[in-house]
Amino acid sequence: MLIKELTLAEGISGDEFDIRNKIKTEINNNLFDVFTDSMGNLFATKKEKKESINVMVTAHMDEVGLMITLINDNGTLKFKTIGSIDERVLASKRFFIGPQLIPGVIGTKPIHLLEGDEKKQPLKAKELYIDIGCNSKEQAQQLVQPGDYAYFDTEFIEMENQMIKSKAFDNRVGCSLIIDLLMENYNINLQACFTAQEEIGSRGAGPAARRIKPDCTIILEGTTCCDVPHTEGHNIVAKINGGPVISIIDKATIANRKFFDFVTEIAKKNNIKYQIKEGIYGRNDSAPIQASENGIPTIVISVPCRYIHSPSSVMSLNDYNETAKLIKALLNELNYEIIGG
Amino acid sequence: MKDNLKTLSLFSAPPGREDFAANLISEIFSKYCDSVTVDNFNNVCGIKKTGIENSKKIALYAHMDEIALMVTDIDNHGFISFISIGGVDPRILLSQEVIIHGKREVYGVIGTKPPHLQIDNESKEIIIEKLYIDIGMTREQINGIIRVGDYITFKGKWIELQNNIVSSKSLDNRAGVTVLIEVMKELSEDSLDSQIIFNATTQEEVGLRGATINAYTVEPDLAIVVDAGFGDMSGLDKDETFILGKGPAIGIGPNMHPVLSKELINYAKQNNIPYQIDVEPGNTGTEAWTIQISKIGVPVLLISIPLRYMHTTVETISLDDVIASAKLISGFIRHIQGRLEELMCL
Repeated sequence: MLIKELTLAEGISGDEFDIRNKIKTEINNNLFDVFTDSMGNLFATKKEKKESINVMVTAHMDEVGLMITLINDNGTLKFKTIGSIDERVLASKRFFIGPQLIPGVIGTKPIHLLEGDEKKQPLKAKELYIDIGCNSKEQAQQLVQPGDYAYFDTEFIEMENQMIKSKAFDNRVGCSLIIDLLMENYNINLQACFTAQEEIGSRGAGPAARRIKPDCTIILEGTTCCDVPHTEGHNIVAKINGGPVISIIDKATIANRKFFDFVTEIAKKNNIKYQIKEGIYGRNDSAPIQASENGIPTIVISVPCRYIHSPSSVMSLNDYNETAKLIKALLNELNYEIIGG
Repeated sequence: MKDNLKTLSLFSAPPGREDFAANLISEIFSKYCDSVTVDNFNNVCGIKKTGIENSKKIALYAHMDEIALMVTDIDNHGFISFISIGGVDPRILLSQEVIIHGKREVYGVIGTKPPHLQIDNESKEIIIEKLYIDIGMTREQINGIIRVGDYITFKGKWIELQNNIVSSKSLDNRAGVTVLIEVMKELSEDSLDSQIIFNATTQEEVGLRGATINAYTVEPDLAIVVDAGFGDMSGLDKDETFILGKGPAIGIGPNMHPVLSKELINYAKQNNIPYQIDVEPGNTGTEAWTIQISKIGVPVLLISIPLRYMHTTVETISLDDVIASAKLISGFIRHIQGRLEELMCL
C-alpha cells in the first residue's frame, strides 16, 4: 500500500530527503518534469501543456518529530520538538535517531518510586531524554550528533473497518492522493507540489507558489478530527467516515467563496459525502499560497485523521477514497469561469 | 537466550490470564526438566529430579505476569474505557498501542487530543478514567467480541540498543523467566543432591499471589527469587538503583537469609561474577516477601536484574546481566550441594 510506504518514510521539517526520494521514485516517468528547489519542495508538472488554467495541487511532505540538542555526559540525549507535538505523548516511546537510524527509547521513572502527586504532573519534554544504550558521551558521539533528527519508531497497522494506523498521516495522506492524481489526465494543466517545512510554519509553500504562479491551488491535507469521548459540538472539527473535509475558515485563511461553493456543488453532483471543517482550528500551506503573487484562490480539502502529530494516528481508507473521487471530479470541471479570472 | 527473551517479552500474560503464555513456557521448560506441571493458579512448575528420596528442594522463582489494563465500559460509538491491573503510570498511556483480548484479539490505540485543539488553560493531568481506546469498530460490531472485564495488554516491540542493551515490554519479569531457563539449561547434565524446581509464577503484579500458592504446595528448603530491580537513570538516587551491565543485584536485609546471602556474595566474588548489592531494609516488594513466611518459613535469596523504565513499554536491560545472573545462580546451586542444611542454620 502506497500510504504505508509514505508514512513509514522519514521526513521531519528540514530533513525531507527520504520522503522526497520515495515520492520521486513513485512519480518518475517521462510524462512529467520533476524538479526540486532550494527549500526542498518537490515539483511535478505535466510536460504536455493545454489551453486551460494552471491548477497547482499541493501537499506538504514533512512531519513532526524531535531534534537532538545535546549529548549528556552519561551518553543519553536531550532533544527539542519540531512542529507542534503534545509532549505528553513522548513517554514510553521508541525512536530512530540521525542518518544511521540509531534506535533509542524515552523511558520514565518507575511508578514505584514516584513521590507525592508526581503521578498527576504531566511529563515535560525537558525532563525527558532518549536512551540509546550508550554509557558515555564519547561513545554516543560516535553515533549521533546534536542537530540529528529523531523519528517515531512505529508500525503501520491495518485495523478493523478499513481503518489504518501509522505516524505522519498528516500529511503523507495528501502526498499519496497527489501521486494517485498524477496517473490520470484532466482538461487543466496540473502542477503538483510536495512542499517542505509546513509543520514549522508553512515555509516551503510560499516560494513554491511564487515559482509556479498558478491560477488556483488545491491544498490536500490530513486534518485533525476529534470525534471522540469528552469532545462535543464544533470541537470535534470533523468525523471519521464523514468523507473529505472542506475548509471554509481556519486560523490563517478564509476560503475563496466561489471556489468553496463550486467544490461543494461538485461533491453533491457526484454523490460524494463531504463535511465542512467545524470550529476555527489549525493553519496550513493555504495561508502563504493565498497571499502569494496578486492573491491566489485556494481551497483546502482534507482527509480526517484522529490523533495527528502522534505516533499512533488513525484514519479510514473510505475517507481517502472519497477524497480522491472528489478531487478528480474537481480537476475535470475546473475552468477560468470558476476561478474568476 | 536472546531469542527466548524476545519471544517471551512480546507474549501477553496479564495477571489472571497467564494461561495465554503458560503453554509456551511449559514447552520450553519441558526441554530441560524431568517433569512440568501447571497448577490451578497457572503457575508453571518444572522439576529437575534427583532419584534420591527426600532430597532437599531448591526452588527458583520468576513471575511471568505483566501489568495490564481491563475493559470497564464500551460507549455508543465503540470507544473503550479501561482501568489498570497492576501499577500503570497514566502518564505513559497517551498514544500507546494495545491488544484487547476479547473473543479474538483486537488491536487498538489509546487516543489523545491533538495539540491544535487543546485550550490553553486545559488541565494537562492524565486521568486514566478519561482515556479511551479506539479500535475502529462500531458498538454493534463489538457486540459478542469484546466485553466489560476483558483484558488489554500493551503491544511492544523488541529493539536492540548499544552495548548489548535491549528494550521491550514486559522484560519485568520475562528477563527473570529467561534466567530460569538458562539455569536449567546449564544444570541439565548435572547430577545434584537436591531437586531443583523452576517456577514461572503468576499474579505477582497484583500482590504476589501465584508465588504464595506455589510456595505452599512446593515447600522449598531454599527459594531463589529472580526479579527486575530499578536500573540507573537520572532523577533517581544511586542508592535505590543498579547500573545496567554491572551484574545482578544481590539482596541483603531481613527478607533474605543472612548466611546464605553472604555465601552468595562470597561465591560471586571468588568466581569473578559481576554483582551489585541491593540493600533492602524491609519489604522487598518481590515474591521473596511472601515466600519467606510460607508454612514454617523458607530461607530466601533475592537476585535482581537491573532494569530501567520499569512498568513502561520500553523496559530496558543489559543482556550481560541476564547471562551473569544465570551463571551466578547455577554456579551457586552447585556450590551449596550437600551443605544446604548447614548453611540454613542460624
